Amino acid sequence: MTQIFFYIMAATVVGGALGVVLVRSVVYAALFLVMSLLGVAGVYLLLSVEFLALVQVLVYSGAVMVLIIFVLMLTRVEDLKQHLDGDQRPLAAVAALSLLGAFIAVASQTKWPRYDGDLTVVPFTTISDALFNRWAVPFEIASAVLLVALVGAVVISMQEEGER
Amino acid sequence: MEDVAAGVSLQHYVVLSMILFSIGVYGVLARRNAVLILMSVELMLNAVSINMVAFAVYTAPSLFEGIIFAIFIIAVAAAEVGLALGVILRIFRNRGTANVDEVNSLKW
Repeated sequence: MTQIFFYIMAATVVGGALGVVLVRSVVYAALFLVMSLLGVAGVYLLLSVEFLALVQVLVYSGAVMVLIIFVLMLTRVEDLKQHLDGDQRPLAAVAALSLLGAFIAVASQTKWPRYDGDLTVVPFTTISDALFNRWAVPFEIASAVLLVALVGAVVISMQEEGER
Repeated sequence: MEDVAAGVSLQHYVVLSMILFSIGVYGVLARRNAVLILMSVELMLNAVSINMVAFAVYTAPSLFEGIIFAIFIIAVAAAEVGLALGVILRIFRNRGTANVDEVNSLKW
């Protein structure tokens, strides 16, 4: 049963990702990205990490996708259709495939640690415990990073005088 | 607790994340539109997150380092997307294009 769900999720993730890199329209690519990210949320659920699946849906397929679609709209990519892909597509395919080949070769030769017990669902309280006690300082730094990025994004994209 | 791990090993997740990462690499190399490149980078970040979480769950179920790492990856990715989209918007306003091949000079 788990195996069936895993393959469904894997097909969603890989199919969506292929759509992102292959499809001719940027809006379709964005929608394929949503599909892929939701598939990743499903993979987190299979790994029994409910909190991450929730965050994935909220942050990635919610906030980040809204941002990306807004910028697609503002940069009028749909109107200026030329050159979504460069001339280097075959080279890129060769590079990516050889990288994948190397990965698979390594993965098939490695002795992965076997975990025979059951996966237990990671409760929210455990994660918040770890996040706010042991990892409190990195957590605060991450929030500072987010704040700085927010202010920086506003400053960078602010309209200057004389600009159209 | 029901048997969640049945039939799916760590290797499955690692191979899935490798495939996703390679697709992201292809997208970054082949796509010329800055927003599409950014979307491919998101795919690669997600591949890394899957790897982190799978290793955390399968090799050290009582520790949560990998999961915490994935949370930070998501936070940093959100910050990165916000900043990068601001830069792309700025480039589009100044140069009238979001194509990275046409943005090839530091001076204009």
